[in-house]
Amino acid sequence: MRREVIVIMRAIRIFLRNIRDGFKSVGRNLSLSIASISCITITLLIVGIALVVSYNVENVTKLVKEDFTIVAFIDVNATKEDIENLQNTIKDYSNVESVEHQTNKQIAEEMRKTSSELASIIDSWSDDTNPLYDTLLIKVKNTENISKTATKIENLEFINKVKYGQGMVEDLLVIFKVLEKAMLIAMIALVLVTLFLITNTIKITIFSRKREIEIMRLVGASNFSIKQPFVIEGLCLGFLGSLIPIASILYGYSALYNHFNGQFFSPFFKLVSAEPFIYIASLALLILGVVVGMFGSYRAVRKYLKI
Amino acid sequence: MEFIKFKNVEKTYKNGVNAVYDMNLDIKKGEFVFIIGASGSGKSTLIKMLYREEKPTSGEIYVGGVNVAKVKNNKVYKLRRKIGIVFQDYKLLPKLTVYENVAFALEIYGLPTDEVKRKVLKALDLVGLKSRTKSYPDQLSGGEQQRVAIARAIVNSPKLLICDEPTGNLDPDTSLEVMKVIEKINDLGTTIVMATHDREMVDKMKKRVVLLDNGKLIKDYEKGSYSNYESN
Repeated sequence: MRREVIVIMRAIRIFLRNIRDGFKSVGRNLSLSIASISCITITLLIVGIALVVSYNVENVTKLVKEDFTIVAFIDVNATKEDIENLQNTIKDYSNVESVEHQTNKQIAEEMRKTSSELASIIDSWSDDTNPLYDTLLIKVKNTENISKTATKIENLEFINKVKYGQGMVEDLLVIFKVLEKAMLIAMIALVLVTLFLITNTIKITIFSRKREIEIMRLVGASNFSIKQPFVIEGLCLGFLGSLIPIASILYGYSALYNHFNGQFFSPFFKLVSAEPFIYIASLALLILGVVVGMFGSYRAVRKYLKI
Repeated sequence: MEFIKFKNVEKTYKNGVNAVYDMNLDIKKGEFVFIIGASGSGKSTLIKMLYREEKPTSGEIYVGGVNVAKVKNNKVYKLRRKIGIVFQDYKLLPKLTVYENVAFALEIYGLPTDEVKRKVLKALDLVGLKSRTKSYPDQLSGGEQQRVAIARAIVNSPKLLICDEPTGNLDPDTSLEVMKVIEKINDLGTTIVMATHDREMVDKMKKRVVLLDNGKLIKDYEKGSYSNYESN
């Protein structure tokens, strides 16, 4: 029992000393540390910007997709009951999110608001002479199958015509798909480049300390205890390197959001609201910096150890 | 009982150079042995095999009962903790103070700080550098740096001290100083194996001398000197 206590005490002491040495090394190799830190800072800044852009683009495409609506025009001969039946049938379709009935009166009312000329024309209509159709506004769950659902609805009895922006919707969907893929690829490429750049910078830092590792081995340091301070040093470098990018996201994005009042030039491009996005993005940058820093150090030291 | 035993040791490097062959050598506990020979005679290879920087191609090497040739790469550190090594180029860390350089060899074991301090100061006292604990290596002379390296090698009280040309970079007077320190360590019971070119030193010390030539052990003299071989 006492022996075990001694062994544990030793392990704790070694660990604490390695933490101390890891921190000390950052200061002792200041110029190389600064090189590593600035490399991490710059790459993480780029990653941060990419994060903001891709997240916002995704948000916009999502909002646009949510706006996709099928408008089904109902035959004038349909009774109130027929319309209700129609509504229920459509509601049961697996891809249908919601169905809303708009009477021709409501539509006329809405059109009236858009311009005064239209209003004067519409005012001349009576209930009987209203030339507009009653419509059903249908939102779908999966926009990619919107044309299928539309065709299905069009074939129903009492449905005169279906409109959902045929052609344009399909084009937009293709564009969004390409955009999403491009964003994903760019993001992965960027993270890989970050990994590569930071690993290599740290490798150079550690290369200059090959001798240190050699001496550690000669005086009987185990591979594990040689690696530990370097990994902790990498953690420090990653942490310090992520501070400026995190500050930029926290303050920069909030300022941007407030400056544009939450939309980018047109109401069509709504910005993602600052909170909680900035906290999630900051956390992602911190984790990326720290993990890449540690990983880079680990890889670099391994190279100089005979394992 | 032999402390170190080389049994039919042969070492061929990957590039085909045959560095050591047919090596049989016994060293007793507490002995002081010089390994001498021209450059390329296999001295360094022999020394490197002792601390398992190199592995013999065939044969067995025992240090304190352990077959060094069979120690795995990731267990080498356990062997290194039992032996002290001193090099021609000191191998001190320039960014650490004298105290830290020596303490370094103990801290990797996780000894308590007060014990580290006691042992480091004792070792530095033994090499006569107790007053220079806060200096950095480049503030010291060559002889002083080598004494720091010796303090680091012995701070853990190893049974064996291996020296690879420890006086190679030093002038005769300083060499003698360093040699006296090593002799003192030997008097305290540590076995010393030293590869050297320093003919004057070997003549003066009157210790056991092993001569290598072309990777072979040629002569082995108790209380020998360089001149023994020249007359042959």
